[in-house]
Amino acid sequence: MSAPILKVSGVSKRFGGFTALDGIELELGASERLGLIGPNGSGKTTLINCISGALTNDAGSIVFEGQDITRLPPHRRAALGVARSFQIPKPFRSMTVLENLRVPLEYAARGRTERRRIDADALEVLELIGLKNRAHDSSAGLTQVDMRKLELARALAAKPKLLVSDEAMAGLSSSEVDEILEILLALNGRGVAVIMIEHIMRAVMGFAQRLVVLDAGRKIADGTPQDIIRNPDVERAYLGE
Amino acid sequence: MFRNRGDVVFWIVLGAVLLAGFGVTQTIANEYYYTAIYAILQATIMAVAWNILGGFTGYVNFGSAAFFAIGAYTAVALDKWLGLPMPFLIAASAAVCGLMGLGVGYLTLRLKGVYFAIATLAMAIVLETLINNWDYVGAAKGVYILTPEKVPFFSSYIQLLFMVMLALTLGSIAISRYLNASRIGRGLAAIRDDEVAAECAGVPTLRLKLISTTLMGAMMGVAGAPYPFFVTFVDPISAFNLFVAVNSIAMPMIGGTAHWIGPVIGALLVGGAQEVITVTVSSELNVLIVGIMLVLFITLAPQGIVGLVQKWMKRRKR
Ligand SMILES: Nc1ncnc2c1ncn2[C@@H]1O[C@H](COP(=O)(O)OP(=O)(O)O)[C@@H](O)[C@H]1O
Ligand SMILES: [Mg+2]
Repeated sequence: MSAPILKVSGVSKRFGGFTALDGIELELGASERLGLIGPNGSGKTTLINCISGALTNDAGSIVFEGQDITRLPPHRRAALGVARSFQIPKPFRSMTVLENLRVPLEYAARGRTERRRIDADALEVLELIGLKNRAHDSSAGLTQVDMRKLELARALAAKPKLLVSDEAMAGLSSSEVDEILEILLALNGRGVAVIMIEHIMRAVMGFAQRLVVLDAGRKIADGTPQDIIRNPDVERAYLGE
Repeated sequence: MFRNRGDVVFWIVLGAVLLAGFGVTQTIANEYYYTAIYAILQATIMAVAWNILGGFTGYVNFGSAAFFAIGAYTAVALDKWLGLPMPFLIAASAAVCGLMGLGVGYLTLRLKGVYFAIATLAMAIVLETLINNWDYVGAAKGVYILTPEKVPFFSSYIQLLFMVMLALTLGSIAISRYLNASRIGRGLAAIRDDEVAAECAGVPTLRLKLISTTLMGAMMGVAGAPYPFFVTFVDPISAFNLFVAVNSIAMPMIGGTAHWIGPVIGALLVGGAQEVITVTVSSELNVLIVGIMLVLFITLAPQGIVGLVQKWMKRRKR
C-alpha cells in the first residue's frame, strides 16, 4: 500500500458506560475502496462520526494525509478533504437542492473552487446524481430516496479526497444502486478514496477492494471480500452462534 | 453593491425614503409625527437586529432589551463624561454592544434551544441590576439628558434625531439584506437548518455564530444610543423595557424570519398599529394586541407574512 491517506489508531468511543468503539485500527490507501460492514449497532456510524469529527473519540488518534486531525473540528477536516453523507438525511431544509450544494462548495471546497463556477459545479454534481430536475425545488419536499441522493450529492460537492458514504443506497431500486455504484467508481477512478457502509451485500461486494467488519465496537475482520465471506467470525457475527 | 437589478432598485428605494424623510422635516412641524415615527424606526432596527441571530441563525434571544439599554447607557455615560457628539456616541454604543454580543455568544452559544433563550434572559436581569447600582448614570433614580435648543438645518432637535434614526434604520436594513444573500448568510442558514451537517460541509459554525451575535448586539446598541436624547430621561425600568424585548421578537415572527424583509414588514405593521392604538385607545392595550398577533402567527402562519405571500405567489404560478 502507498502512504495511507487515513490512519485510525486505537480509536475508542464510549457513551456513558456503553463502549461503542473499542480500539479500532484502520488504514486506508489513497484512492482505495473500502467496504465497512457489520450488524446494526456495531459502531459503523460512530466510527464515521469520529473520522469526520461529528464526535470526538475518547482514546486513539486519527491521521489524515500525515496530519493528526483527532482534535480538529469537523469544518477543518472537511476543508482538508474529508466528506461524509449521513445515514439519516440532514438536508438544509430552508434551502433549495442547489443551495444545499452551494454550502460545501462555498465552505469545504472553497480553496478548490472558483467563485464564478459555484453554480455550474453544483449543477454538474446534481446531473451526476440524477437530481438536476429538482435543482430549484425546496429540499424539504424531496422524497426519502431523493433526500439520500442529496446527501451523497452534498458530500461530493465538498470535492473530497476521502468520501464516506453511510448507507447511501438504502431504499434505492436495483438500477439506482447500479447508478450510484458507477458514480462512486468514477469518483474513485479520479483518485478519491471511498469508505462505503452498506447493507446491500451485492453493492459492497462488487465495489470494495477490501472489507472491514465491525461487531459490537470491535474490528473482527479485515481482508479481501473473498476472505471475508469465508471468515467464520464474520459468519458468527451475522448469523449468531 | 450593485450585483444585479434588485440591488439597483433597493438602493434607489433607500435613497428615495431618505429624501422623503428630509422632505417631511422641511414641511411638517407637528412634533407628534416625529415621535411616532421615531418609535417605529427604533423598533425596526431592533427587529432587524434580532432577526440576524433569531431568524437567519436560529437562536432565539430574549435579552434584546439588555443590548438596547446598554447602548442607551453607553451614550449617557460618554455624553456626561466627554460630551461627545452623536455620531461618536452611536459608534461607541455599537462597539460596546457588539463586544457584549461577542461575549454573550461565547459564553452561551454552546447552549441549545430553550437554554440559550433562558441564558439571554438571565443576562438582561444581571445587567439591569448592575445599572440599578451605577450612580454615575443615575442608578435606579434615572438621569436627565440635556438636548440642544437649536440645531442646524432642522427646526427642532427631534427632527434631527428622526433623520439620524431614519439613516440608521436604512443602514441596518441594508446590512441585513446584504448578509441574507451572502456566503456568510448561507452559512448561517445552514447552521439554523442543521448544525452538524453544516460543520461537516465545512461551515465554521462557532465563528459564524459569533459574527451573528456580535452584529446583532452592535445593531441593538445603535438603536439604543439616540434613545436618551429622544426621551430626555432614562431610568433602568424604561431602558430595560420588557416591551422592547417582546416587540423585537414579535415583529420578525409576524413579518417572517427567513427573509431580510420580514422584520421590516413586521415592524412597520405592528409598530404602525401600536401607534394608532396608543392614540385611539390606550398604550396598555398594545402588549395584549402584540401578544394575540404573535400567538396567531406562530400557530397559523409560522413563516410570517413573507411566507404567506410566497405561498400565494407559488399557487398563482401554477
Ligand atoms: N449519540 C449516541 N448516544 C448514545 N449511544 C449511541 C449514540 N450513537 C450511537 N450510540 C450507540 O452506539 C452503538 C453503535 O451505533 P452506530 O454506530 O450507529 O451503529 P451502526 O451504524 O453500526 O448501526 C449503538 O448501540 C447505538 O445505540
Ligand atoms: Mg449506522
